[in-house]
Amino acid sequence: MNVVINGQPLTIPDGLTVRSLLEHLEFTAGLVAVEINRAIVPRAEHHAAAVREDDAIELVQLVGGG
Amino acid sequence: MSIDALTIGSHTFSSRLFVGTGKYKSVELTEAAIDASGAEVVTVALRRVDLNDRSPSSLMGLLLRRSSLSSENAGRRWTILPNTAGCYTADDAVRTLRLARELGVASIVKLEVIGDPKTLYPDNEQTLEAARILVKEGFTVLPYCIDDPIVCRKLEDLGCAAVMPLAAPIGSGLGIRNPHNLSIILEYAKIPVIVDAGVGTASDAAMAMELGCHGVLMNTAIAEAGNPVLMAEAMREGISAGRKAFLAGRMPRRRYANASSPAAGLIE
Repeated sequence: MNVVINGQPLTIPDGLTVRSLLEHLEFTAGLVAVEINRAIVPRAEHHAAAVREDDAIELVQLVGGG
Repeated sequence: MSIDALTIGSHTFSSRLFVGTGKYKSVELTEAAIDASGAEVVTVALRRVDLNDRSPSSLMGLLLRRSSLSSENAGRRWTILPNTAGCYTADDAVRTLRLARELGVASIVKLEVIGDPKTLYPDNEQTLEAARILVKEGFTVLPYCIDDPIVCRKLEDLGCAAVMPLAAPIGSGLGIRNPHNLSIILEYAKIPVIVDAGVGTASDAAMAMELGCHGVLMNTAIAEAGNPVLMAEAMREGISAGRKAFLAGRMPRRRYANASSPAAGLIE
């Protein structure tokens, strides 16, 4: 299945949820905030929220700043 | 001075120095400088993860150890102040802070909506619009703003928990360019006034506090100092000295000399 993550086209396995997508990408849960098609997916819904073909996904973390 | 606490919204801090986490050469230096500064509030930015480097950033490791990001941390903890650096519209800033809230670090937030990449001066209309939305959504909003008493008053009227007028452009180190305006802002404001941006060295921080500002937020002045840890300590002392001088009340300025030794009893 093809999605766009942080502006980058990516092919990922079919049938993933947000939680399994983060596991697939080897990110630590809880340290990455998730938006799909500009709507935030709350952490409590990561296990149930399905990732679909052509979804535009944003994965965001904290970095140094002033 | 332990009773001289700074209260912003429901938060109370004993340090009046807020520090950023950008521009440091290493995460070890970041931690050492923040410790030397005595700051309890540390700013961070939000950015896309790097899909080619999936390990948690070293800053995340530091925040997990030292900040409110982890509820398990005992003892003194840093309060994370997520910013909206790089946002040019109210929509982008609101979106960024909603994501920060999703990460559990948005109990207080630094709103900045930039209007121009060269000066990094704020866009007043967009800042006001974002503040209006964020306050309505329950955020404790600390807006970076121009050193204009009218904009500060509007931000206060919208329900911001503090205002953060700049001293000079972000990262410029030019010091307090308009102490007169800051004085007027302080005279009008019923919420804390935190000088944010433009401080270059410890005397700048002391001057802000002597004017009566309630705190100072800085990043580059420490991170780009020759010795960031020593400068962080200097800033801590500058903030403390300036605050004490403000509370003490300075002597009046006089045009001419006024002898300190008695005029009477001179030996003739």
